[in-house]
Amino acid sequence: MKTVSTLLDPEWHERYKRISRLNIRSSIYDVTNRCNLRCKGCFFFSSDEHKKSPDEMDIAKWDAFVKREKERGVNLAILIGGEPTLYLDRIESFYKQLHTFCASNGLIKVPRERFPDMIVGISLWGDEEDEKTLRGKDTFSISRRNYDGDKYAYYLYTITPRQMGKIEHIIKKIRDIGLKVQMQILSNDENVDGFSWTTKELSDLRQEMDEVFEKYPDTVISSKYYHEVLTTGTMLNRKFGWMECPSVTRPLDKRSPQPKRLIEFIRWAADLKTMHRCCTSETRDCSTCKDGAAHMSWVMVNKRAHMQSAKDLKNWIEVYEMFAKLYQFIPW
Amino acid sequence: MAADKKIILRVAEILINELKLEDVTPETFDPDTDLIDELGIDSMDLTAVVLVLQDEYNITINEEDYPKLSKIRLIAEYIENKLKEK
Repeated sequence: MKTVSTLLDPEWHERYKRISRLNIRSSIYDVTNRCNLRCKGCFFFSSDEHKKSPDEMDIAKWDAFVKREKERGVNLAILIGGEPTLYLDRIESFYKQLHTFCASNGLIKVPRERFPDMIVGISLWGDEEDEKTLRGKDTFSISRRNYDGDKYAYYLYTITPRQMGKIEHIIKKIRDIGLKVQMQILSNDENVDGFSWTTKELSDLRQEMDEVFEKYPDTVISSKYYHEVLTTGTMLNRKFGWMECPSVTRPLDKRSPQPKRLIEFIRWAADLKTMHRCCTSETRDCSTCKDGAAHMSWVMVNKRAHMQSAKDLKNWIEVYEMFAKLYQFIPW
Repeated sequence: MAADKKIILRVAEILINELKLEDVTPETFDPDTDLIDELGIDSMDLTAVVLVLQDEYNITINEEDYPKLSKIRLIAEYIENKLKEK
């Protein structure tokens, strides 16, 4: 029988033990339907999810909701939107009760006197030119000023096909202000011309991601296996898709057979009653979804499938460590 | 408390079946193997095993108790205690 200790040497076994009992239980919360940007390809607006339910305006109801979520066993609140920083009181409902991660476009700086150690993931869609094309303005310049030197913020760098050969330039800029970065891939939900991927481009991208990861290990939070799974959409000869995705809202998940999935995961709308199907939009084609968190989670929930060889299990450990670092369950 | 050998063997059998473990039998399965640190089982695996145990022994296993169920021997002892409470 293959066991962890027969597959791993003592050093890797220690790394495994450091993460094996974290038991991270995340759910995702739309803090608001409003945003101060309208980006082409944003799954939230392109799928009209922002019209599905109104924002809950009573902050006492947010407090009570978060309390129920904590009682339900959630130990990681992932705040998205809309733009969460438009409603700091709602963010505070989570922050004072739960381990909280807040995604933001970085245009509004989270006040650190109010949220001293909350993890902020700043979205970045390519370089300055791509940002102007896709988001209407160069948010990178603004977010860099806002979060310069911030110890609890990192960039969620969504790479577009136009970024090929230019990733290092962005990584350097992030390094220069002392932040970390996680690399993701644009899914191009709105089919913006020139922003869809070819197989060859994805293959080249994987190599480029590997190169910057090797060159900037103190800045890039990643793993080569994550690059492989994300760019190929394949893990252990299985293709990512609806029947494999781990990030489907539990009460809406009627799939049979039931795949390995995030325990009790729910993505809640800002009315605190409506549930969305999954971590992105239900209009997205799952077979071409390139959501970074979903692919990380896909690896993470399939631990035992990675116990066929030492190499597979080490790959699994590296992806889990990456996730745990990004949400600060372990240090950077 | 020494756990009942029959329960230990049955729990081992359920684990082997539910987790599709290879190269091991209920008799050769060390009941003191740490299921998380050594076998790599996660909450979803444990939930699958717990559902079978609940049906088999007609007991309720609360999720708060999952951390106690880290070895076959501990699961067997837990089941025995639950049966005594009935």
